[in-house]
Amino acid sequence: MFAYIARRIVYVIPIVISVALVCFLLVHITPGDPLVAVLPADASQELAAQLRTAYGFDRPLPVQFGLWLWRALHGDLGSSIATGRPVLSEVLRAVSNTVTLAIAAALIGFTLGLLFGLIAGYFRDTWVDKVATSIAIAGVSVPHYWLGMVLVIIFSVQLNWLPAVGAGPSGSGSWGWDWEHLKYLILPAITTSVIPMGIVTRTVRALTGDILSQDFVEALRAKGLRELDVFKHVIKNAAPTALAVMGLQLGYMLGGSILIETVFSWPGSGLLLNSAIFQRDLPLLQGTILVLALFFVALNLLVDIAQAAIDPRIKRG
Amino acid sequence: MAVMSDTALQAAPATKARGYWATVGRRIARDKVSMVCAFVLVLIFLSALCAPWLGLADPYQGSMIRRLRHIGTPNYPLGTDELGRDMLARLIYGGRLSLIIGILPVILAFMIGTSLGLVAGYVGGRLNTAIMRTIDVFYAFPSVLLAIAISGALGAGIVNSIVSLTIVFVPQITRVAESVTTGVRNMDFVEAARASGAGPFTIMRVHMLGNVLGPIFVYATGLISVSMILAAGLSFLGLGTKPPEPEWGLMLNTLRTAIYVNPWVAALPGVMIFAVSICFNLLSDGMRSAMDIRN
Repeated sequence: MFAYIARRIVYVIPIVISVALVCFLLVHITPGDPLVAVLPADASQELAAQLRTAYGFDRPLPVQFGLWLWRALHGDLGSSIATGRPVLSEVLRAVSNTVTLAIAAALIGFTLGLLFGLIAGYFRDTWVDKVATSIAIAGVSVPHYWLGMVLVIIFSVQLNWLPAVGAGPSGSGSWGWDWEHLKYLILPAITTSVIPMGIVTRTVRALTGDILSQDFVEALRAKGLRELDVFKHVIKNAAPTALAVMGLQLGYMLGGSILIETVFSWPGSGLLLNSAIFQRDLPLLQGTILVLALFFVALNLLVDIAQAAIDPRIKRG
Repeated sequence: MAVMSDTALQAAPATKARGYWATVGRRIARDKVSMVCAFVLVLIFLSALCAPWLGLADPYQGSMIRRLRHIGTPNYPLGTDELGRDMLARLIYGGRLSLIIGILPVILAFMIGTSLGLVAGYVGGRLNTAIMRTIDVFYAFPSVLLAIAISGALGAGIVNSIVSLTIVFVPQITRVAESVTTGVRNMDFVEAARASGAGPFTIMRVHMLGNVLGPIFVYATGLISVSMILAAGLSFLGLGTKPPEPEWGLMLNTLRTAIYVNPWVAALPGVMIFAVSICFNLLSDGMRSAMDIRN
């Protein structure tokens, strides 16, 4: 097991370096000079040259990358052009809000997805299956930002039950686990949960169907096992793949929250990314994407390890 | 004996084996859900294509005095938007840009990804490692984040949004193409072609492409659904189409301010994105099960 974990971690190192390289290069594929956003329009040539030296843009690209990576390894992602604050602390504060949202959405989406998937797979080709698969396909096909708008229209505008935007009463403030704050979480969490719900349902349904058609299930039944115990075997066999899919979905929710956070003005990493893009705040853009991508890589690593822990067949491969 | 062989002879032509694709085609044609989806998609495509000849109002012509009319207003069956433009006309004209920016990235990625995957899977060895490890880097980013990072860095615009989505889908299609190709590579007929002196290019084009294209095509059809949502999403964020162009994602964005005045008109563009997306998804499912010979 430890050898497997060590091998997986070693495999992740080149991925992390490549991810850093992609984030670094993002700034350099921007049309024009990366300084454009920092420089005032009427800046003199000398000022431009000074800033270029100050930011290190006059050095060769590989040197720039090396320096940037070295600083990033020490937790220095530069400072935001718009606010002047360190990028890392801005990003981490925003990410914690996104994590809150993603976990709430995962609870809803995974619970429903597992439930629908198991039922649909077990009662394949019955009306229950048809209803569950229809919900699942609607879940993966719906433009979630639009669904967010529709929920706001129904529950905020028409019924006036839940707040439309923000993450707590009286503007920002810190997050708390009371009803006053939870009210703000409900609509964004439901909206975020729809895609993972659909994908988990479809995956688990297919898995359950496949497992039920295998010979060992027949053998278990022939042995006289009660249906509930047969079901336990099905769950055990479906778990590793279902876990991998859910891990991936959690990663997508963390990294792809920009559309939903924009609809609900949820103060997470997505909203931060949005403002970084439109203020051309390149250090903030670069830093946010790097942190989110590293989260994703780490999550994938954890899923791989957890998968190997519950499925002994994986380690041999 | 003679009677039996007679009937066997007569029965032979009737059970003449149909080609694989003809069988798949017949199976799809018999699937009601797939046919309804295909019909809806054709309707949306044709109306977008023929929009100028449908006798619609001018989708760019606004009016301050008839802003945000409700659905069902005489002359404006689907109401008007925040600048008083006819919603029906804008939704139908909007199909043009929305479908292009949603479908083109998948077509481009299909061509690039299939070529990369085919070469990686057939040649194998170091070239395979080089291609597939590069692809892995893109898998380290959640796809929405990657699309937004690239188009955020490139700046707003239709071309940039198509480029960024193509970059997002190429790795996914390459992976599918590579794994299908690896599966076909060692089959006897490929070996036979190699033994009879066919070069690698001929083998890939003549013998393998036809065998790997099916699964990749089904996968790509399902991707169109994701692509429609993401492309409209980029416009929704202000990274795609620019006003006053009619495009579903952008319309959804500009109508967001109107949800307190005329909520259901504001929600209409999303219905179009949803419809196209779900139809492509169901069609992809239908094709997959039609091509699955085990059933």
